[in-house]
Amino acid sequence: MNVYKYASPTNFYPLAGKMIPWFATPAAILFAVGLFVGFFIAPPDFQQGDAYRIMFIHVPAAWLGMFLYVLMAIYAGIGWAFNARLASMMASSISVTGAMFTFISLVTGAFWGKPTWGVWWVWDARMTSTLILLFLYIGFISLQSSIEDPRRADRAGAVLALVGVINVPIIYFSVQWWNTLHQGATIRILQKPTIRGSMLWSMLILLAACWLYSVAVVLIRVRCIILEREQNAARFAEATL
Amino acid sequence: MLRWVVWRDLILAWRRRADALSTLFFFVIVVSLFPLGIGPETELLRSIAPGVVWVAALLASMLSLGRLFANDYQDGTLEQLLLTPQPLYLVVLGKVAAQWLTSELPLVCMAPLLGVQFGVSNDTLVVLVLSLALGTPVLSMIGSIGAALTLGLRSSSVLISILVLPLYIPVLIFGAGAVEASIIGQSPAPHIYLLGAITVLSLIFAPWATSAALRISVE
Amino acid sequence: MRGDRRVFSDVNFSLVPGSFLQVTGANGSGKTSLLRILCGLLKPAEGQISWQGASIHSLGEEYFTSVTYFGHRPGVKDELTAAENLRVSAGLGGVQVDTDRAHEALERMGLVGRGSVPARLLSEGQRRRVALARLLVCNTRLWLLDEILTSLDKTAISLVRSLIEEHLSGGGMAIVATHQELELSGHQKQRLELAT
Repeated sequence: MNVYKYASPTNFYPLAGKMIPWFATPAAILFAVGLFVGFFIAPPDFQQGDAYRIMFIHVPAAWLGMFLYVLMAIYAGIGWAFNARLASMMASSISVTGAMFTFISLVTGAFWGKPTWGVWWVWDARMTSTLILLFLYIGFISLQSSIEDPRRADRAGAVLALVGVINVPIIYFSVQWWNTLHQGATIRILQKPTIRGSMLWSMLILLAACWLYSVAVVLIRVRCIILEREQNAARFAEATL
Repeated sequence: MLRWVVWRDLILAWRRRADALSTLFFFVIVVSLFPLGIGPETELLRSIAPGVVWVAALLASMLSLGRLFANDYQDGTLEQLLLTPQPLYLVVLGKVAAQWLTSELPLVCMAPLLGVQFGVSNDTLVVLVLSLALGTPVLSMIGSIGAALTLGLRSSSVLISILVLPLYIPVLIFGAGAVEASIIGQSPAPHIYLLGAITVLSLIFAPWATSAALRISVE
Repeated sequence: MRGDRRVFSDVNFSLVPGSFLQVTGANGSGKTSLLRILCGLLKPAEGQISWQGASIHSLGEEYFTSVTYFGHRPGVKDELTAAENLRVSAGLGGVQVDTDRAHEALERMGLVGRGSVPARLLSEGQRRRVALARLLVCNTRLWLLDEILTSLDKTAISLVRSLIEEHLSGGGMAIVATHQELELSGHQKQRLELAT
């Protein structure tokens, strides 16, 4: 099978359509399972009581927000370097989902903060970096929506995303330097996690669920983008039949 | 040949003095608004001085960045700049250098006077000037990327701010942090070193990104 | 491609020293895009431009030592005088022009006594002449001229024509996009008509 033919948006469109249910359904199932485990099976935390449970949504959302930014930058870079329209469309599609997850992580972080620290918002390193990440997403989305020529929008977005991705470690380091209040990462790869079995399971299941959801939603959105931008391709009419 | 770019921009800035001066006045006005909004207690003002002066410098820079390439883009000279036998990297460096000299350097020079308004000591004023002298080139460099990306777009000034201000945050943190350290009696050296590192990095990498962005926008 | 729309396709030609190519076509047929592709400002979706056997992409800035491009806008800065504009644009192209020579060139373009006038006080046609004065002082082999005859009066047009003829006689090449017919005596002329 010639994989490269799927690099063309018109050919990718039906493939994406077929792929979506394979991600959406497992995502829905895993969401249900993960939330069930998190809210009903995992025991209350020693210090924080039941309020900590929002972490099961907050942590996957935060991770996904960060990871999707990198992925978006990679796709945008590929789209720019190889003049591959579909890769740029994927980047544009990912940007919205990434922004959404970052926003969710900020909001859930606030909901976690209120019972735990007494205030809705604290300027600690983690939350502040996440806020800045949201600004970076907003910048990318604003730039692309302000440029009318789609190819210019793709390439300009690529420059911005790559500059952003390089800056993210610098920003993170500088914010760390500036303030550290947030509790350290509770899952370290080489160390024993400080949270117990079922909590870890719930978080991992929800992480997988968010991942699958992201893939499904990005594919749905990229199909819309393809429709918008491929209006002139005559072959497209055949491909969608 | 680089000097043609710098010479040209310096002459143009001189003939349009009002632009550079208005940036400076904006800086002064914004800084003066804070005591009016917060209250005149010396202790309080001294503690907010680093942040206020730095943020005002950022905002004032945003104003002048919009002009960096827009004028040239409109009258067709930007295209010609892209077609010189010189590496575009150097052309960009030249333009940014001219912009720094005409828009940012006045801010750096004005900053000590504003610092006095906030009651900071002379040592701190030195740190303030040093931090701004190191940090404003980074503002110009990163800002040039934003200016190049948003060429010819509607409401490009606001868009530049949205794109570029998040990227400035490390500079703000280290720059204002240095001044703050000086105020509370600690050594500003670590902050200054990190700021210097960022300055060097941006001098090396930013013009490259700006060149790429210019080529994209002029297409 | 402009946006996601194909502007033109299947354009092939080659140019030898001393010849010139006239590009014509209706509005929107892509004359400007073609010239911008030829000078390297725009990248073609498919295809290649070669200069002396090497693709212009691989030549990079070196290619610009051989090309002068004039686009729609005159490329003249309002706050600089005519002479300063000429000196700057020549200087950026690598040619050092001192003030006297600049004034001479401007006079030849018909701008007698206007050399020290800020460009914003000049008319559109005069500004175009200031920009075109660069052709007198630069020594590039290929001239890419996009609709430069607009806003020029008859004297200026014949002046430009003689400039191009001189250039071609010296072994240079020119590609001119224009609505109007450009008759140049005694030079090998190709025509390229772009259709929408």
